[in-house]
Amino acid sequence: MSGLFQERYEAGNSLVHHLDARIKVVTAILLIVGIVLTPSGAFPAYPLLWAVIGSLAVIGNIGAWRLARLAAVALPFTLAAATLLFTTPGQPVVALMGLWITDAGVTRFLDIVIKSWLSVQVGLLLSITTPFTDLVWALSCLRVPNPLLAIIGFMYRYLFTLKEEAERMLRARAARSGSIVGYKSGGGLLWRTRIAGGMVGSLFLRSYERSERVYAAMLARGYSGQIKARIAAPLSWRSIGLGAIPVLIFLAIQVMARQAWSG
Amino acid sequence: MFTPILALHIPDGFLSVPVSVVGWLLAIILIAIALRQTRQQFGERQIPLMGILAACIFAGQMLNFPVSGGTSGHLLGATLAAILLGPYAAVLVMTCVVGVQALLFQDGGLLALGFNIFNMGIVAGFVGYAAYKWVWRMMGGSPVTQFAVAGIAAWLGVVIGAAVCALQLAVSGTSPLRIALPAMVGIHMLIGIGEALITVGAISFVRQTRPDLLNADSTQVATLGSGWIAVGLVIAIALAFASPLASSHPDGLEFVAEQSGFLQLAQNPAYNILPDYTVPFIQDQALTTIVAGIIGVLVVTGVGIGVARLTGRRPENSRANAPQTSSSR
Repeated sequence: MSGLFQERYEAGNSLVHHLDARIKVVTAILLIVGIVLTPSGAFPAYPLLWAVIGSLAVIGNIGAWRLARLAAVALPFTLAAATLLFTTPGQPVVALMGLWITDAGVTRFLDIVIKSWLSVQVGLLLSITTPFTDLVWALSCLRVPNPLLAIIGFMYRYLFTLKEEAERMLRARAARSGSIVGYKSGGGLLWRTRIAGGMVGSLFLRSYERSERVYAAMLARGYSGQIKARIAAPLSWRSIGLGAIPVLIFLAIQVMARQAWSG
Repeated sequence: MFTPILALHIPDGFLSVPVSVVGWLLAIILIAIALRQTRQQFGERQIPLMGILAACIFAGQMLNFPVSGGTSGHLLGATLAAILLGPYAAVLVMTCVVGVQALLFQDGGLLALGFNIFNMGIVAGFVGYAAYKWVWRMMGGSPVTQFAVAGIAAWLGVVIGAAVCALQLAVSGTSPLRIALPAMVGIHMLIGIGEALITVGAISFVRQTRPDLLNADSTQVATLGSGWIAVGLVIAIALAFASPLASSHPDGLEFVAEQSGFLQLAQNPAYNILPDYTVPFIQDQALTTIVAGIIGVLVVTGVGIGVARLTGRRPENSRANAPQTSSSR
């Protein structure tokens, strides 16, 4: 569970780290669109797409293989697409538990798995090489409404505080829940959910009251309902050019996939 | 392991690009409404309150309880947030939670984020809130039934969120509806029980310690009028998604045929981008119907909101800056 809370950003000195955050966000979105738009069954395209992402990971000092492994977190969701193996009409290939897996089904399923795996790699690349504050700033330059970003900024600021608050609660519960192996301890399921519910309610109240204190402190420091955004420096042609390189390669792969390999 | 939290976060690659775009449009419109409404409801407190509570829901998703065999139940939080803060605040809080999960922790994709926000924030929050309000009123509004109603609402929020998610997967051709819908709904009927029990526990705790927060609802009535517009919007959009599925009926087919002349015109460019995009059991016409249905719903809603704005300016706006609770430590 604590893995969910690990800060992704890893400080670094690479070209990818130094690239303007606005360029990185736009490039990442374009790359993901490119991945998702790849026609079904164009399998030669996928190693090429991965090669581009992998080389970005190498340039960014993350390592292509490590990025690929980190991206496996999204794979459990592919269960949702597994039924396509059986339900897509096509030539039967293998029988499994009395159901026929079709060739078209295998194609479609692999398509979805590879696409989601590649997309997660792009997302990871973005968040490993970009500090979250820069990410939020880049979004504000892309016209995401400022109040929403201010809220997200606040959330980020208190995320780890409240995470520790929740961890303290869990630790306290564990400390009070001693049990002897082999003997039943504590209450039934309903009792356990009531305790968990009480913890959630307590966390909510602590957060609510914390927000009241924070608001009072902000008022005392002259808060007037506006959060000032950082001023955007003009984009340099160099960073636009650097961001365009992977996008153009993806475009070329798309064209090839559509001309030659689409099944 | 396949944790319940992951089960509703759609990664990229599972939704087709047109479906993702529709999701983003829906999310953007509803987030804009929610930003305005919470601004009216909380005034200057909006930013710190929403931000910290978003962090709270995020952290609250860690608070689990053991069920059996190594599995554990935990919270999604949309309905809880909606009951405690009102539906618009819940939309914002959940938007931030889901958005940060995608941006920072790769829990759910970036393209799919629009529909992830829609499913987990907007649908789960509004359905839960509407169920809570309606059922509680029907039961006479007594405090004893409040807990039961909150539990049912939380359960419904999760289950309907999952059903909507299954529809999106089906429309994208990722998972056939006849399998995705029962599977998603079935799993989340179980997960929803955990959600319901935790929500009830949390509500009863808040009721014991800060009853003023639960009764603060009377100050939120101001926003309720347009709340039903948004609820209606959600239901209408869900229906728009379901509309082509009904088209195996002769009536539905006729309806589609009637519309498709104009629809084909409108949709041609989108299909040139995706020439051999195949949807296993819904033909392209289905997608056009959905897109057209949603556009229609949005236009009608826009007109409706415009008319409502013109006919009735609410005087309650002046209350926006009044603090809702007095206590501070």
